[in-house]
Amino acid sequence: MQRELLTGNGAAAWGARLARIEYLPAFPITPQTEIIENLSQWIDGGEMDCRMVTMDSEHSMITAAGAAAVTGVRTCTATSSQGLLHGMEMLYTVAGWRAPFVLINVSRGLAAPITLEPDHNDILAARDSSCVQLHCSTCQEVVDHMLIAFRLAESEGVRLPVIVNLDGFYLSFTREVVQLPDSRTADAFLPPYPSDFSLRFRPHEPVSAGVAVLGGSTYSYFRYQAHLASLHALPQYEKICLDFADLFGRQYGPLEEYQNKDAEYVFIMIGSYATKAKQAVDSLREAGWKIGLVRPRILRPYPEAHLCKALQGKKGVAVIDQNISMGKGGILYTELRSALYGHPDAPLLASFIGGLGGRDIKEEEFFEMASVLKQASADGTPPPPRLLYTEEEMREMRALQTIAGAIPVAQGDSR
Amino acid sequence: MYRIRFHGRGGQGVKTASRILGRAFFNQGYAVQDAPRYGAERRGAPIFAYVRASRTPIYERGIIQRPDCVVVVDDTLMPVPAAAILQGCEKRTLVLLVSDLPAEQWIQRLHIQGNLICLPKAGEGRESPFLWGMACVGAVARLLGVLSREVLSDALRQELVTLDKAAAEQSSNTALDSFDEMKATQIQIKESSVAAAATYPPPHWVDMAMEQGPHTAPAIYAAATSEKLATGLWRTQRPVIDHTICNRCWWLCSTFCPEGAIHVDSKGFPQIDYAHCKGCLVCVGQCPTHAIQALAEQEASRLSGEER
Repeated sequence: MQRELLTGNGAAAWGARLARIEYLPAFPITPQTEIIENLSQWIDGGEMDCRMVTMDSEHSMITAAGAAAVTGVRTCTATSSQGLLHGMEMLYTVAGWRAPFVLINVSRGLAAPITLEPDHNDILAARDSSCVQLHCSTCQEVVDHMLIAFRLAESEGVRLPVIVNLDGFYLSFTREVVQLPDSRTADAFLPPYPSDFSLRFRPHEPVSAGVAVLGGSTYSYFRYQAHLASLHALPQYEKICLDFADLFGRQYGPLEEYQNKDAEYVFIMIGSYATKAKQAVDSLREAGWKIGLVRPRILRPYPEAHLCKALQGKKGVAVIDQNISMGKGGILYTELRSALYGHPDAPLLASFIGGLGGRDIKEEEFFEMASVLKQASADGTPPPPRLLYTEEEMREMRALQTIAGAIPVAQGDSR
Repeated sequence: MYRIRFHGRGGQGVKTASRILGRAFFNQGYAVQDAPRYGAERRGAPIFAYVRASRTPIYERGIIQRPDCVVVVDDTLMPVPAAAILQGCEKRTLVLLVSDLPAEQWIQRLHIQGNLICLPKAGEGRESPFLWGMACVGAVARLLGVLSREVLSDALRQELVTLDKAAAEQSSNTALDSFDEMKATQIQIKESSVAAAATYPPPHWVDMAMEQGPHTAPAIYAAATSEKLATGLWRTQRPVIDHTICNRCWWLCSTFCPEGAIHVDSKGFPQIDYAHCKGCLVCVGQCPTHAIQALAEQEASRLSGEER
């Protein structure tokens, strides 16, 4: 194993290389493009035995990925944001084919207004597609989870696309120290694509994939099978993580629990911003707080039992959503509430929306969220949902609206 | 933890400089995080880069709010509000600036409380703007006091591997020369701890209320708002029209200018709006009589006696 400095995109590309992918359909979009650039250079230089094809859109790209996977080829592809949404029709479709491949999504906020910086509304729009979702928080996790993702996608009983998610900028362009798995150990962990697994298209053995099933009962069977396969991916993920730890020494699982054991209060987050929460936990502990972080690494299938166990008996939990479901609120918060419903020892939940479009979450905001949570837990009343947005940001917003001619000058000045 | 924030423009080696510094820390056995940050814009637009290094794992991420050192690769960024150069600077923050003006002048102008060091643009080995970034990284490495010349030299070799041999050597020499130049100074960049949770300034959150009206959609209703953005500050190369050669054609330069920064005066001569010309040099390529020349921005402003 080699210590290297790698960006999240570099780590994702290395993961695909170590997985010995054979087919790479590609379409560019910021901030994901660097992954394909890395892989294409390696393919061009003869360092990877892989066929790369540039497609005309993400819609075609995901179709090609699914088609290759069902014909018996280990396939990887990557996108972001609008690209994921453009391919969404086919994402549901190829998952329905039960095509096992890995899709890397580099999270970026959705238009409109358009942005380049990250939040999780893109990946959460794929929540109900039957794709498994793995959420990374460091560059190390990215490279490791690429290998884990292929194992998981190709597990008998799962046979679904797996999405490895990393945040744009905060991981994609950020270099960190990474222990790069060596290729021999990677091969030991990830055997070649199972040969009995594909449709094995042959001219003399015609097969139809993704057939039409008019009649709800046939449809229900296949749809529910995909659901059961997704549920099965949870114990399967745990098992694969144990194998991974045996070979590489790094422990993963459905949840990262940081200082959670004796914690009375807990932050819940996914993605790269969660490391900021760890920093805040350290600072708060120094000031005498019993506080921790719980971070789901897998979001589909949803690690419901794990979360209930990790949060049982806590006084309060602050769910920080870097996404927003318009007309409802934070998606992690909503799902956690449903998971905890009816549990006698359920903690008080507080909902925070922060980090939309890459907006920073400052240390003092974590401290303040902890404070709000403690007060609410003492009162026994959950606080109203809170968007992390300051007076200063509002003033800047008014200044921009004034320049844009959207509000009169006087109004802009007075606010 | 060390927290170094770089400010510069696309094309000035800012990302490369930050990566060289990150690599040097990495070679010295530190946990490292280096990250550039930029928008959708082009060469010349303001960019940032962040380098963190620590003996313990790094959990912070993204924007450096409270830097130990601010590196400004180009002093023309000072008046650009979007560059936000002095944000979060405290008395202990060292400001390292590439500028031909004396340090005292900047200290006075910007009310700097702490230390400020100027590296002259005109120095030997700083001919091209890319080399300014190299000069900065050499100086910072020395001012940290924890990175040896050898470690920096290795990092330069590793990070400049994509350049051709001559360019890599020139860049490397520029960095090492400014490393040596800083040996005379007693100033040192000091590590700082993380924010204390016991005493913190609470954020002033607002309860965002529903609003009605056209301003709740992301639309720009006012005309010509782009005039307010002085994109002329992005320019590293300046097109200059020689009106003795210009044949007042059907104004190709003006037609092709992607920024609409060339207008035609009453006598039929094209005039460039330097407050907004980004220096893309499309006009230079289009001019049928070769009347438009490209000059290095610094040289052009010196010739025309401007101060930017």
